[in-house]
Amino acid sequence: MVFQNLAEKLQATFKKLRGKGKLTEKDVQAALKEVKLALLEADVNYKVVKDFVGKVQERAVGSTVMESLTPGQQVIKIVNDELTQLMGGSKSELEFAAKSPTILMLVGLQGAGKTTSVGKLGKYLQKQGKQPLLVAGDIYRPAAIKQLQILGERLAIPVFTMGDQKNPIDIAKAALSYATSNNHDLVILDTAGRLHIDQKMMDELKGIKAKINPDQILLVVDSMTGQDAVNVAQNFDQTLGIDGVILTKLDGDARGGAALSIKAVTGKPIKFVGMGEKMDALEAFHPDRMSSRILGMGDVLSLIEKAEANMDLQKALSLEEKLRQNEFTLEDFIEQMEQVRNMGPLDQILGMIPGIAGANQLKNLQVDEKQLDHIAAIINSMTPQERRSPEIINGSRRKRIARGSGTSIQEINRLLKQFKQTKKMMKQFSDMSNGKMKGLRKLPFFN
Amino acid sequence: MIDFFKGKNAQEQEQLKVEKNEQEGFFSRLKKGLSKTKNDFINQVTTLFSSSGKINEDLFEQLEEILIQADVGVATTIKLIEELKERVKQDKISEAAELSSVFKEELSRLLQDEATGLDIKPGLNILMVVGVNGAGKTTTIAKIAQRYKSQGKQVLLAAGDTFRAAAIDQLKVWGERVGVNIIAQQEGADAAAVTFDAIQSARAREVELLIVDTAGRLHTQKNLMEELKKVRRIIEREAVAAQTQVLLVLDATTGQNAMNQAKIFNEAVNVDGIALTKLDGTAKGGIVIAIKNELGIPIKLIGVGEQAEDLQDFKPDEFIEALFSE
Repeated sequence: MVFQNLAEKLQATFKKLRGKGKLTEKDVQAALKEVKLALLEADVNYKVVKDFVGKVQERAVGSTVMESLTPGQQVIKIVNDELTQLMGGSKSELEFAAKSPTILMLVGLQGAGKTTSVGKLGKYLQKQGKQPLLVAGDIYRPAAIKQLQILGERLAIPVFTMGDQKNPIDIAKAALSYATSNNHDLVILDTAGRLHIDQKMMDELKGIKAKINPDQILLVVDSMTGQDAVNVAQNFDQTLGIDGVILTKLDGDARGGAALSIKAVTGKPIKFVGMGEKMDALEAFHPDRMSSRILGMGDVLSLIEKAEANMDLQKALSLEEKLRQNEFTLEDFIEQMEQVRNMGPLDQILGMIPGIAGANQLKNLQVDEKQLDHIAAIINSMTPQERRSPEIINGSRRKRIARGSGTSIQEINRLLKQFKQTKKMMKQFSDMSNGKMKGLRKLPFFN
Repeated sequence: MIDFFKGKNAQEQEQLKVEKNEQEGFFSRLKKGLSKTKNDFINQVTTLFSSSGKINEDLFEQLEEILIQADVGVATTIKLIEELKERVKQDKISEAAELSSVFKEELSRLLQDEATGLDIKPGLNILMVVGVNGAGKTTTIAKIAQRYKSQGKQVLLAAGDTFRAAAIDQLKVWGERVGVNIIAQQEGADAAAVTFDAIQSARAREVELLIVDTAGRLHTQKNLMEELKKVRRIIEREAVAAQTQVLLVLDATTGQNAMNQAKIFNEAVNVDGIALTKLDGTAKGGIVIAIKNELGIPIKLIGVGEQAEDLQDFKPDEFIEALFSE
């Protein structure tokens, strides 16, 4: 998960604080030292850490905190506040030009993920009703133009290119007039990756900026970047004046320190985060939600949004009814499973549930999505009648289902057994809520 | 706040003068490429050592700050400083200036490794190149290919990145520029199958160095790591007699995450060495020290620029010497 290491360390530190009825200044200092080390290990810039710890300390040792009934909680709240502030306070929206087209220009080091981000951003804004045009401005890296063309084809978004023999400034200019005459209200310009200290290449960017006057210049930063992230961001900002940051590759186990440092040092907000290989894996960045994810408080808001975007309300209502009537079948089961999977990779979803993010038993949990594929294959190999009444599945049916799904009879037995238990469990729960308390005695934890 | 930042501008100007020097020999290239690293990292250290007078706790704290800002990492930094303190006590060092050579020694001992560069033997050599997205795998491969081609070796490339859009084309362009053949299938093909083809082809053409490109993958993607293991198995099965090395490409700007990358790639496919790329930026490359310290994986190559000659063998002694020289 994102920030896993940092989250674990901070939560362990706060566990110690939480239990205490009284806090001494020493307790706070000890805790803050651990916070400091955790942040440094997470690649947060050294100077930013120093400032951060100083600010928290100043607020935490005041009398209102120390004398409150829950000093530990108060300190955690302060850390949460400051962490949110550090990442930019509230969500930063992308601004669109009053006069069409809006021009976005993506810049950054080699390998940060610019071309992929151009594609993702195109898709993200297309979903919001924009008519994007992607512009292949990286004439240096071999096949960079081809890469963007392929992405555009997959996304059904037009890509403007003039090959790799024209000057990027001319390409950008030509793309702009093409966009205007073809009714594109959004132009996203890819640029070649470059070192922030490469004067000649930075001058090229300045030239493009002067010619096409982009509405927003977004710096693409790899979330795995170390202490250098701050230098890179500062240099790009001083040379070009960036408007925001896209943080990429956050789906790995990046410590994410860059996210915490860049805003603090440049004052420029993180606007989007790249969360995976797929083209729709781009999300708006919410500092408050990210902060509570780091502190293990989960991110229920994002979870609900994801659920709303991907789940069918009608189906959910009818499912609830079925559960009440104990008519839950394997058909419902698979439908439910598909809906949850639509929301994204399971480990990301689990990370948003409060208490789970940092839970130790889940630390090494690898959600095996293949296992779910097997279950889906098994259920899909059943006849509708078998799905509705699994009890009719005898030996020869099991053999047929195993063959059909490419699994084994043991796997089918296991699934049927699990389903039976789930159903039993559900019946007990629905009895419980219907006031028939006798079901309780059957649950293992009431023995 | 921190006095060693003051001297930086003057140093940079001095560096510009050095860069005007058109002699582009090995040493000057290394020095030029590392100039940023040197300025930001070691010169801070030397200035710190020579300016502080008597050794005190403040000095160690400042040293800690510099090391951490160089991405050395908390654990390794603490270890280095503990060792330094130990030496100070043992050898009864009291002057800060003396610390410089002691510190150099400690670093040198840590980075020492018997074999450096790539070990290319007679017969078929297979080099499997792995790493996360955007680390610089394909560029590194092109540079290695060019180096051995110019030494008169038969080089063949296998386009094993069948995942990223246009990755195959990127390698093809490089193949043409460098003038080496490339074995490729279409996008989405099985990387292990491409590797299999390439090995057969390498045998038939009596190739001496086969370089297998692989798709960039985050080390946390379990299924992609499994695919990587499969490619490695195919190499082992099909080319028993060949000498196989796995090279992990690491971006020098990467922070502590590089440690995880090294760990997990090593567990999956047994990494023989590291190529550290993009050392020509302002990234300090301190993670090299941490990786060698914690995992013992040697650094084989460093990339200090765009040109083919900018890929160099990592030589710890020269590396440290270049870091320390004014």
